[in-house]
Amino acid sequence: MFALISSLRSLLLLELVRGMGLTLWSMFTGRRVTVNYPYEKGVLSPRFRGEHALRRYATGEERCIACKLCEAICPAQAITIEAEPRGDGSRRTTRYDIDMTKCIYCGYCQEACPVDAIVQGPNYEFSTETRAELYYDKDKLLDNGDRWEHLIAANIAQDAAYR
Amino acid sequence: MPKAIVDGVEVEFEHGMSVLQVAELAGAEVPRFCYHDRLSVAGNCRMCLVEVEDQRGRAPKPAASCALPCSDGLMVHTRTDKVKKAREGVMEFLLLNHPLDCPICDQGGECDLQDQAQAFGRDGSRFAENKRAVEEKYMGPLIKTIMTRCIQCTRCVRFATEVAGTEDIGLLNRGEHAEISTIEKAVQSEMAGNLVDICPVGALTSKPYAFTARPWELRKTPSIDAMDAVGASIRIDARGRSVLRVLPRLHEDVNEEWLADKSRHAIDGLSRQRLDRPYVRENGKLRPASWDEAFKAVTDKFNATAADKIAAIAGDQCDAESMFALKALMDAKGSKNMDCRQDGAALAEGGNRSGWLFNTTITGLEEADVVLLVGSNPRWEAPLINARIRKRFLTGELQVFGVGAPHDLSYQTDWVGAGPQTLSDIVDGRTAAADALRNAKKPVVIVGQGALAREDGAAVLNMAGQIAEKYGAIQDDFNGFNVLHTAAARVAGLDMGFLPVEGGKGMGEIIAGAQSGEIEMVYLLGADEFDTETLRNAFVVYQGHHGDAGASVADVILPGSAYTEKNGIYANTEGRVQASRLATFAPGDAREDWTILRALSGALGKPLPFDDLGALRQALVEAVPHMGGIDQIAPATWALPGVAGDMQDSAFDPIISNYYMTCPISRTSKTMAECTEVYMAGSLDQARQAAE
Repeated sequence: MFALISSLRSLLLLELVRGMGLTLWSMFTGRRVTVNYPYEKGVLSPRFRGEHALRRYATGEERCIACKLCEAICPAQAITIEAEPRGDGSRRTTRYDIDMTKCIYCGYCQEACPVDAIVQGPNYEFSTETRAELYYDKDKLLDNGDRWEHLIAANIAQDAAYR
Repeated sequence: MPKAIVDGVEVEFEHGMSVLQVAELAGAEVPRFCYHDRLSVAGNCRMCLVEVEDQRGRAPKPAASCALPCSDGLMVHTRTDKVKKAREGVMEFLLLNHPLDCPICDQGGECDLQDQAQAFGRDGSRFAENKRAVEEKYMGPLIKTIMTRCIQCTRCVRFATEVAGTEDIGLLNRGEHAEISTIEKAVQSEMAGNLVDICPVGALTSKPYAFTARPWELRKTPSIDAMDAVGASIRIDARGRSVLRVLPRLHEDVNEEWLADKSRHAIDGLSRQRLDRPYVRENGKLRPASWDEAFKAVTDKFNATAADKIAAIAGDQCDAESMFALKALMDAKGSKNMDCRQDGAALAEGGNRSGWLFNTTITGLEEADVVLLVGSNPRWEAPLINARIRKRFLTGELQVFGVGAPHDLSYQTDWVGAGPQTLSDIVDGRTAAADALRNAKKPVVIVGQGALAREDGAAVLNMAGQIAEKYGAIQDDFNGFNVLHTAAARVAGLDMGFLPVEGGKGMGEIIAGAQSGEIEMVYLLGADEFDTETLRNAFVVYQGHHGDAGASVADVILPGSAYTEKNGIYANTEGRVQASRLATFAPGDAREDWTILRALSGALGKPLPFDDLGALRQALVEAVPHMGGIDQIAPATWALPGVAGDMQDSAFDPIISNYYMTCPISRTSKTMAECTEVYMAGSLDQARQAAE
């Protein structure tokens, strides 16, 4: 009996009529809830997990020390790191790749990072036309870091109280 | 046997064991840093605290179990609140000055301090003052020091003085200022790499491996070392297609838990100067070719040449299977000219197996009371065997005599002569060494390749055998006659008879024949350790993994695989048959060696009767039955080896002039080049002067 009623509803497009009715009603009476993207944007939490970035210290020294904890914890195995002693003997990466097509944006990498080097910043507008552009290398990630540092630093400062 | 009760479990133990050992027998876990099974007891980390109780009641303080001899009826408590609190306290103290820089520490992930802090420590520290910092020390090209991380367990000091036999490392000052120090020169040992394994924290780490990988990224393959003839058990750690490090595996009868530096660190040579595709020589120059072209070049020459004009030489790191396949191919052709003794050592002249094995076995050395070294420098030829001799020497019940070029072997050695004349004197009983041998219960004679790779080698071997017979080294349950090999492939080659067949040519004759034109084609199976320029006149096929001496004279190069890249069988100097395992694939077009020979035999129209490794091994075991007994030594019945004859007066020359470079892999290794520069500078200068 129930099946009969529901298929009758579908056949007569009753659901559609009801939905459009609601739209029509909102047009005259309802509060506006959408924003005029891309000219307007919604508010983001400081914990928002967007595009990855590698940060630097204020001195310009890159933070990443090639401990490989992010690589180890990454559930999608999207991160690849190779390391060797730099000229001054410090431990640095020679390669830091993130395959953004594999990444599931879980945020484990930034949780694992002991020096706040790899972070997921507030940028979510990084769609590309080709797949290859989503294979991020170290230069791209450091560039992201430099570009977004002021927002990332502010977000980390805002969230620090809860950690 | 005395008994003790550990956490309510009663265990029997042997007199003289410490409480820690007894607790381990009972299955209780006792944390420790300074205590190590194979080193003396220091008792300075205090991590192994337990509570003990006897008939007088419970001891008021927890005791360091590693330094407390267990007595009969002792009750040991390892899990009480008091013990837990004591361990937490000790751990907090150990971590006071430890930098906690685990993210940049190479030990991270395989660190005793990390693991034990997790399991037995508090969650935080109450230390608010500044931590101390300690200057780095120089320990040579293999060991990187970060001394701030040191917890002063002194394992490295004890390893260096006891096992390695060098007093280069020591503990300076006391309390807050205590630090491990060196005399600012490289650790003078061929076993220095073990310091890295023995360090429970990240103070001593491997320099060539610095920052390369984390332990959890590595693919671990248990295998067998082929850098010398000891056949140490190793674990090959690889990531992707590259071998990143080699660590020892425990094998009480061979390497205990140590590994020599060449075996450990020469592996960076595996990625350099590799033969990764076939080459064919055209107009005097090698050009890359396809397998088909290379095979065609070989088959044309092979089929056009008479069987007695073809020769084969097997190298020092070949697996038994590939040698067997090559021998089968030569047999199929009807050629009698083969040899696996590149250095021309006069082994197998008498054809008896006891004449080329290390019959005493490595563990057997721990019963010896007199060792006579003949033309051998075990410190370079087999550092792990040298460590065994030293281990026995430290008990005070071993006397060592040497015939040959004097060398510091890390234990006291009386160098009683330089050449064969001394051996005759010993047989005649005219020297102090003869007296010592006569009085010995278990005398041991070790003949090195330096004494055998000479024209009178067979006579020297015979003379050494006579010494062993005369002084009672040959007993019912003990055989004191030993040949110390330097090549991992040698014993397997001798066992299967990769030797000139009746009427065939051996190593020296093959070279002479190649020069005179009697030999027109030479098949080199990874053979690089002789003057290959002597083969210029012949058509040379080189099958191997590195562009070294053999490849430089080759007319056709067939790229094979190194010892880490194939499943193979090796017999070590004792005759112990061991199987190595493939850790990474060979680069480019290179293939496992036996498959190349199998494919070549097909191209030659003489297909070998095996299509997979199993069938090949079956054929090998049918021909040489004891090759089937993995990790077993087939005992050899004693017969006097060699051939009695006249001996020359010349002194025994050392067979190895540079420990760090003895094979194509170690010669291309950057780490080994650095070691040569640091360690061999003196002896290379001497060699150069001697040559002038």
